[in-house]
Amino acid sequence: MAAVTLLETKGLTKTYGGLQANTDIDFILKKGLVTALIGPNGAGKSTFVGMLSGRTAATSGRVIFEGRDISQLPAHKRIQLGLAYTFQITSIFTGLTVHENVALAAARTVSADGNTLNAKVHQTLNQVGIADRADQTAGDLSYGHQRLLEIAMGLAQEPRLFILDEPTQGLAETEINDFIALIRSLAGRTTILLIEHNMKVVMATADHIAVLDQGMMLAEGTPAEISANASVQAAYLGKTVDA
Amino acid sequence: MTVARKINALHFGILLFLLICFFTLPAYHVGALSRIMVLAIYAIGLNILFGYTGLLSLGHAMFFAAGMYGLGLSIKFLGVSVVLAFGIGILSAAVLSALVGLLALRTAGVSFMIVTLMFAQTVYLVVLYFGEFTRGDEGFVLQQAERMLAGFDVTTEAGRYFVAFGAFSICLIGFSALVQSSFGKRLVAIRENEERARMLGYDVWRYKLLAVIISGTVSGAAGALYALLFGYVGATFASVQYSILPLLWVLLGGAGTTIGPLIGVAFMFYLIDASSAYTSAYMLIAGLALVVLTMFAPRGIAGILRTKVSPWLP
Ligand SMILES: Nc1ncnc2c1ncn2[C@@H]1O[C@H](COP(=O)(O)OP(=O)(O)OP(=O)(O)O)[C@@H](O)[C@H]1O
Ligand SMILES: [Mg+2]
Repeated sequence: MAAVTLLETKGLTKTYGGLQANTDIDFILKKGLVTALIGPNGAGKSTFVGMLSGRTAATSGRVIFEGRDISQLPAHKRIQLGLAYTFQITSIFTGLTVHENVALAAARTVSADGNTLNAKVHQTLNQVGIADRADQTAGDLSYGHQRLLEIAMGLAQEPRLFILDEPTQGLAETEINDFIALIRSLAGRTTILLIEHNMKVVMATADHIAVLDQGMMLAEGTPAEISANASVQAAYLGKTVDA
Repeated sequence: MTVARKINALHFGILLFLLICFFTLPAYHVGALSRIMVLAIYAIGLNILFGYTGLLSLGHAMFFAAGMYGLGLSIKFLGVSVVLAFGIGILSAAVLSALVGLLALRTAGVSFMIVTLMFAQTVYLVVLYFGEFTRGDEGFVLQQAERMLAGFDVTTEAGRYFVAFGAFSICLIGFSALVQSSFGKRLVAIRENEERARMLGYDVWRYKLLAVIISGTVSGAAGALYALLFGYVGATFASVQYSILPLLWVLLGGAGTTIGPLIGVAFMFYLIDASSAYTSAYMLIAGLALVVLTMFAPRGIAGILRTKVSPWLP
């Protein structure tokens, strides 16, 4: 099963003025796996997934999702095809309740009927463990709970590809463990592309690891291969593995 | 009571109250309320765009004027029936708002405000330019005989009140349904966080365009109704003053609430009314009251109610 390609990029490039944030990236994402995208700060990880989701316009290159070239599609159309995206910097509807936030995320895919939608919202909030806060205003939640809400908004869309940009940033240790369990519970049911600095999370969840450095794909492989890779250690692991 | 029931009870309560007002209040207030209800429809129109979608238009007078002139000119020059003229008025506003939406939505924030202001100024100048037909600032009067709504005389106090009441009821109920619908919730989502709404797969631009069209069309309906009920069509209603007024009403009453527009119009009307009884500088008093309210209740009167008393207010 691991052989099917869900998403592929060809020569994906992004320049900001004179800065090459992503250079000519060829990348294949396998269906049903958890792929971790790691790399030092400023390596271009957010830029890369931004170009997948359509949030950031690519300077050149192509994105192919389920065999279809989506390079020209605006972000909302890509999301409609089954990509979901959680922001590195929390982006929720702070003025609305937790329930309303998730309902807005689920409403596009779940039938409009109120009961089905409410059930879906409740189930999703349970999955991330904040169901008891459904009626709170999202902006009043603690930072960690806002992160969990954002993850719930991704889950509620039942994505075919779930892109998470540093989801555990700012989470407490127990919340991180819950997150690991959550990702494992999703494994096989959906495809996950996870940007993550926390190596414990990466090692506990990833089937496959891709390393980005200075806008270029430095290495790819299984967790064991990546841990053993000398250039990865030089670029990244050696510096931040204990951070 | 479920929230939906409470909301319905509130809206029907307000309508019932307005109905009772007709039978109990002196003629002066009945006349005032007719005008307030029509202008509240105008404010509802702006509120859909500003209060719910978060797009601030400084040019809504152009939609009000489109409805007003659409009806007035087609009665005066085409001699069509009032019902048809009303349809033409609404259609004019719908077409204008679609055009303005398509162009103005290429911008956002302050640029959107300025672009809508410029478009409205253009409409105002067009009205003046075609003074031969529109009679410019002076305007023109629709005769009593020209204002029979399907055999119903809208020039009497009662006729005027009930047409205004009927139209306001439809707008309030429709508006309430709109903002509680999934469409309305998506507009609020765009107001709250446009980027997030887009990244949930919503076609933000399309929703905004629909909001501009609905908002402009409702405002245009108010303009057509105003011309019909008060029998006068003039360029003042296309001027910048009439773009700012609905904004004040909505801000005072409570942006992003269903009852705010009515409250805002009524409050401002009676504020000016009361202060003009004491001094000729009544606009000064009204202005001061506005400043005070904006300082201490930035979310408007219905906004206070929502935070202090009933958080379920739609
Ligand atoms: N909008 C922008 N304009 C200009 N430069 C940008 C912009 N966004 C990102 N960059 C630059 O592009 C490079 C890659 O940034 P990116 O955010 O993709 O890195 P990252 O790998 O996600 O880093 P981090 O781990 O800190 O999140 C950085 O040098 C960054 O400063
Ligand atoms: Mg990043």
